[in-house]
Amino acid sequence: MEIKVLGPGCAKCKATVDVLTRAAADTGAAVSITKIEDMREIVGYGVMSTPGVVIDGKVVHVGSVPTREQAGAWLK
Amino acid sequence: MTMQAQEMQKAPTPAWLWSAGVAAFVAVWWLVYGQLIPASEWVVAQLPVDRASHTGDALAFFFYDVPKVMMLLTLIVFAMGVVRSFFSPEKTRALLSGKREGVGNVLSASLGILTPFCSCSAVPLFIGFVSAGVPLGVTFSFLIAAPMVNEVALVLLVGLVGWQVAATYLVFGLSIAIVAGFVIGKLNLEGWLQPWVRDIHAGASAPSDIESARLTWVARYKLGLEAVREIFGRVWMWIILGIGLGALIHGYVPQDLMVRIMGAEAWWSVPVAVAMGIPMYTNAAGVIPIVEALLGKGAALGTVLAFMMAVIALSLPEMIILRQVLTLKLIAVFIGVVGGGILAVGFLFNFLF
Repeated sequence: MEIKVLGPGCAKCKATVDVLTRAAADTGAAVSITKIEDMREIVGYGVMSTPGVVIDGKVVHVGSVPTREQAGAWLK
Repeated sequence: MTMQAQEMQKAPTPAWLWSAGVAAFVAVWWLVYGQLIPASEWVVAQLPVDRASHTGDALAFFFYDVPKVMMLLTLIVFAMGVVRSFFSPEKTRALLSGKREGVGNVLSASLGILTPFCSCSAVPLFIGFVSAGVPLGVTFSFLIAAPMVNEVALVLLVGLVGWQVAATYLVFGLSIAIVAGFVIGKLNLEGWLQPWVRDIHAGASAPSDIESARLTWVARYKLGLEAVREIFGRVWMWIILGIGLGALIHGYVPQDLMVRIMGAEAWWSVPVAVAMGIPMYTNAAGVIPIVEALLGKGAALGTVLAFMMAVIALSLPEMIILRQVLTLKLIAVFIGVVGGGILAVGFLFNFLF
């Protein structure tokens, strides 16, 4: 599973990566998490508020740090 | 941790319990808020200072204002967090796209207050708007209003200066956002966007909406709490510093000094205040306690409002972020038009009052 976290490097974006990393460790899912900081690429996903989460090419979340429950549900 | 998460999934707190909790909190809040003056006097009485001295005065000011502002902020930021959960940049964009200038500027500035916005997403938001056919001037109205007219600024003004000044700030902040956006739109500066933004604009590749799940009330309350946590983490130190500095000005700066430097007689004080305010970067929380103290010492309302608007609305970090999408020429126009509006408000107030 390929996860991308979209955000220009603000505190919320780092928190989002942390939540996803911990959720992945909990569920034992094999994932790769990359941070996308390039504005053109972020905009290319049509995201208007960061942080955004993209899983396997699909935007699943924007605008806030996801909760643990949300992250767990995406990784199932 | 995992067990906790499982327990939470098994028995989620029902919505009525959340609502009851919120109601109980507001009731307790109300009771405590009424006791702040006696409490602050009691604290100062415990200290080895003369209540009637400058120091006693400054301390009383500090111990009353800090809890008052913190309490007001908690309540209002929570309420706004819940209200904002009904808005999103995507919905706002849908409302604004295809709107004519004029009506669009008014709607856009108003939505700027209600839509969740963080200056770190200014760029994606800007592109999202422009690429979906929201006119440039209408987009600017949003970008000016969103940081300038916000609940933190309004709460602090109500709490420290009075609701009349807060209402004035709201009305004129919105007016500047509307007029400045309208003017920028009339100048037809689309060509002054950065080239890569222009390409997206011309291609009109409006990104599709992300289906947002309908939020439950519990989720909205949680967003309110999250807003309180986030804003407090950002501003608590500024509030204490600002009120501390305000208390010093309150207790020690002589009255006639401020009247001379920042009084209505000194016409040049407005441009100086704006010029000083633009490069300064602090949020509303840091600047408004100082504003209150300056007003109390005889500084003119127009000068102080102009200073405050310049500090909040025009900041260097935001310009640097916007540099990615705007050319320097367009940033200069942006600063010029907004700065001009702020100057006009400052002069108007000093003239009228």
